[in-house]
Amino acid sequence: MKVSFKVNGQAKTVDVPGDMPLLWTLRDTLDMKGTKFGCGLSQCGACTVHFNGAAMRSCMTPISAVAGASITTIEGLSADGTHAVQQAWKELDVAQCGYCQAGQIMAAAALLAKNPTPCDADIDTAMNENLCRCATYLRIRAAIHRAAEIKAQGTPVVKKAGEKGRQL
Amino acid sequence: MTAPKIAATDVSRRDFLRFGAVAGGGFFIASYLEPLGKLVEGRHTLAPADATLNAYIRIMADGSVTIVGKNPEVGQGIKTMLPMLIAEELDVDWKTVKVEQGQLDTKNFQGQVAGGSSATPSNWLPMRQVGAAGRAMLIAAAAATWNVPAAECETDKGMVKHAASRKSLSYGDLAAKAATMTPPDLKTVKLKDVKDFRIIGQRTRNVDAHAIVTGKPLYGIDVTVPGMLYATFVKCPVFAGKVVSANIDAIKALPGVKQVFVVEGGTNLGGLLPGVAILADSWWQAKSARTRLKVTWDEGATASQSSVGFAAKAAELSKQPPQRSLRKDGDVDAALASAAKTIKADYFYPFIAHASLEPQNCTAHMKADGTMEIWAPSQNPAPGRSMVAQTCGIPADNITVHLTRMGGGFGRRLSNDYMVEAAWIAKVAQVPVKLLWMREDDIQHDFYRPAGFHYFTGGIDATGKVTAWRDHFVSFGEGNNFAAGANIGGTEFPQHFVPNFALDASVMPLGVPTGFLRAPGSNGIAFATQSFIDELAHAAGKDPLLFRLDLLSNVQPDVPAAAPGGFPQAPYDHARARAVLELVRDKSGWGKTKLAKGTGMGVAFHFSHRGYFAEVVQATVSKEGKLKVDKVWVAGDIGSVIINPLNAENQVQGSVLDGLAQAFGQEITIDKGRTVQSSFDDFPLLRFVEAVPVEVHFAKNDIAPTGLGEPALPPVIPALCNAIFVATGKRVRTLPLSNQDLRWS
Repeated sequence: MKVSFKVNGQAKTVDVPGDMPLLWTLRDTLDMKGTKFGCGLSQCGACTVHFNGAAMRSCMTPISAVAGASITTIEGLSADGTHAVQQAWKELDVAQCGYCQAGQIMAAAALLAKNPTPCDADIDTAMNENLCRCATYLRIRAAIHRAAEIKAQGTPVVKKAGEKGRQL
Repeated sequence: MTAPKIAATDVSRRDFLRFGAVAGGGFFIASYLEPLGKLVEGRHTLAPADATLNAYIRIMADGSVTIVGKNPEVGQGIKTMLPMLIAEELDVDWKTVKVEQGQLDTKNFQGQVAGGSSATPSNWLPMRQVGAAGRAMLIAAAAATWNVPAAECETDKGMVKHAASRKSLSYGDLAAKAATMTPPDLKTVKLKDVKDFRIIGQRTRNVDAHAIVTGKPLYGIDVTVPGMLYATFVKCPVFAGKVVSANIDAIKALPGVKQVFVVEGGTNLGGLLPGVAILADSWWQAKSARTRLKVTWDEGATASQSSVGFAAKAAELSKQPPQRSLRKDGDVDAALASAAKTIKADYFYPFIAHASLEPQNCTAHMKADGTMEIWAPSQNPAPGRSMVAQTCGIPADNITVHLTRMGGGFGRRLSNDYMVEAAWIAKVAQVPVKLLWMREDDIQHDFYRPAGFHYFTGGIDATGKVTAWRDHFVSFGEGNNFAAGANIGGTEFPQHFVPNFALDASVMPLGVPTGFLRAPGSNGIAFATQSFIDELAHAAGKDPLLFRLDLLSNVQPDVPAAAPGGFPQAPYDHARARAVLELVRDKSGWGKTKLAKGTGMGVAFHFSHRGYFAEVVQATVSKEGKLKVDKVWVAGDIGSVIINPLNAENQVQGSVLDGLAQAFGQEITIDKGRTVQSSFDDFPLLRFVEAVPVEVHFAKNDIAPTGLGEPALPPVIPALCNAIFVATGKRVRTLPLSNQDLRWS
């Protein structure tokens, strides 16, 4: 079926089976490989994108449900990795294998949009369905706090000389 | 063929060509295994693209430096670390270095494997020598240019300087000339003094960090080859079951499906297994078609095996004389007869899946000229290529293997089943094929960490000293061979520290694929051994940490200490083991904190993969039996230098939390010959709410640095179980904890 929607601000029309999940439409039809496949069962969060601004699993969302929606993926979160969450992720060197991190970043960005100063418990609650097999959770948590700081200072943030990221 | 759209690193090839045209070839340092001169001279006859294959270092006329990381990157940080070693001795500014992933090249690179925590010890010297050789050739070029002795020249961040004449030239200016200099002998090349390190020891960020956070295609699953079809491969749920019949024609008629065929396969669980391949225009269509696939399987002889059956067989074997003795020191029976106390305990740990988040996948392209190109997320690509060569009948030299970043491996990707599947399917299909497994395939067709059974008997004397130790280890295998990852070394701790020691083994046959999971062997053995030591400590009425220090001091002069089990082998250094125990004691406040009932601290230590780790866990268990880990303290010794402390801390924290996840709830069970679990619902990974603080400390010494991907994991599991005993009085002898009743009153 033909479905029109927006991806990262750009209008797209795809002609794919109506039950094809948004994940595979993004990855294989639109060749946007940033959104990852981990389980296909909404259990791991690797496929998290923003659906009209809210974090959503793309692996079980049929493309038919995306008609008219506005989707943001990791590729469109910022022009070149300048979103506060992306900056914080780099600054704290969060990733190990990195495979889950697109989903983690999208979930974290959605959290910060709703709650600019989350505490650890807020983070754990909001992010608990996003799995990291390398278990970089401690750094993800710290990076979300750091992203909150960066956002509070305005974007983009240039680190002041001598300023250090949150220590783990 | 057109290059796949995987990574932006090919840009450097254009730079190389440009530079080659201008200056007659780049400056590159070939493998430390090949005579440098041969390869450097060879650059004149090699096409530029070929020349780049052998290169570790390329310096362009504009001074930019590209360093090739030869090892597969699975999240352990090696793509950053090995180039750090080269850059340090080359003496360049790390900020100017571009890192490129090497492809499989067994002619010029050695040890392209992510396993055994081996990359650090095996590359610590050679990679620095490669960098130092480059620096020496740049100095030689400058000295020849200025007509001054090389000994008078110094380097500083990409510049060669001659102090007396105040001359200086950049590496970019010198690159072309340097390539004509006689390469130095790597064995005698001068290396920096540790105090002069400017890159090694610095908190250095992952070179792929930007690509990761911006969603660039990096992983095997991201590979796209023009004209490719997407494949799913359906295997028998009972391992190596054969296809009797399948509704192939019906599946062929489904939307988007292009080819469907039976793969006959073999019976070797590590090779190409039988199944049905479905190829479609999109992976979703292939997977959708799969739901309509009906296969009649010949499940074979292993269809009746089960975890329950294994447990019953183990219990039976434990009551019989052991099949063989792996180690015997002194006289255990006599020592037990005269012991003040004897303690018996049976331990069990289950099969575990690796569950890397990127499901197994591989892309292969069989070309008309008989060559094959493969993009493989493999931790051990060289044996994979050999298997493809043998199975598909293609000379290995005709198979190119590109290494992609991997979305986790933990040992799973040391096996190359997905590679041979993709290659076979692509060969039959005669089109490029991207094979991608479903999550369910990944959990149900793993090479599992083998389950293990330990039947312990220990004896202590009136002073609380361990006088006797027996472990009858019941495992899997045939005859004198253990199944992969199901082995134990006869000199496993506390061998050499107990006068009367016996390690015996019995095995039962297994029709389930097993393999190596992060800290293989150790991840189960440490749980059993360090828990039983804790039982002995409590039976002796001793502080468990002090009891361990005493045990480590109880070196048996008449009992030789051979290398402990596992790989790589190395002699046991009890002073290093003691040092990490003392460090974790001091950092955790062991014995100094008054803890409420229901809260306890437990300790354990283990030596594996050349690293010594001691860990303390504080855990709280509610009366209703709900477990909460409060904090973990880690003390590790991996030698003199932590090459990249930023990543080291991450690796240790990840290892420890990985161990907690195993202990909490991970178990693969076998029933009717097949794996029961299938997803993250029934095979749980750790979650945010379970991610507790992990405080990391390193003890330093003069020993060359060793690997860190694995040795931090094993101690945390027994340390947790030992903490649970203090908190509840309940001794955990069976994992995972989700099956245990921890209620107390």
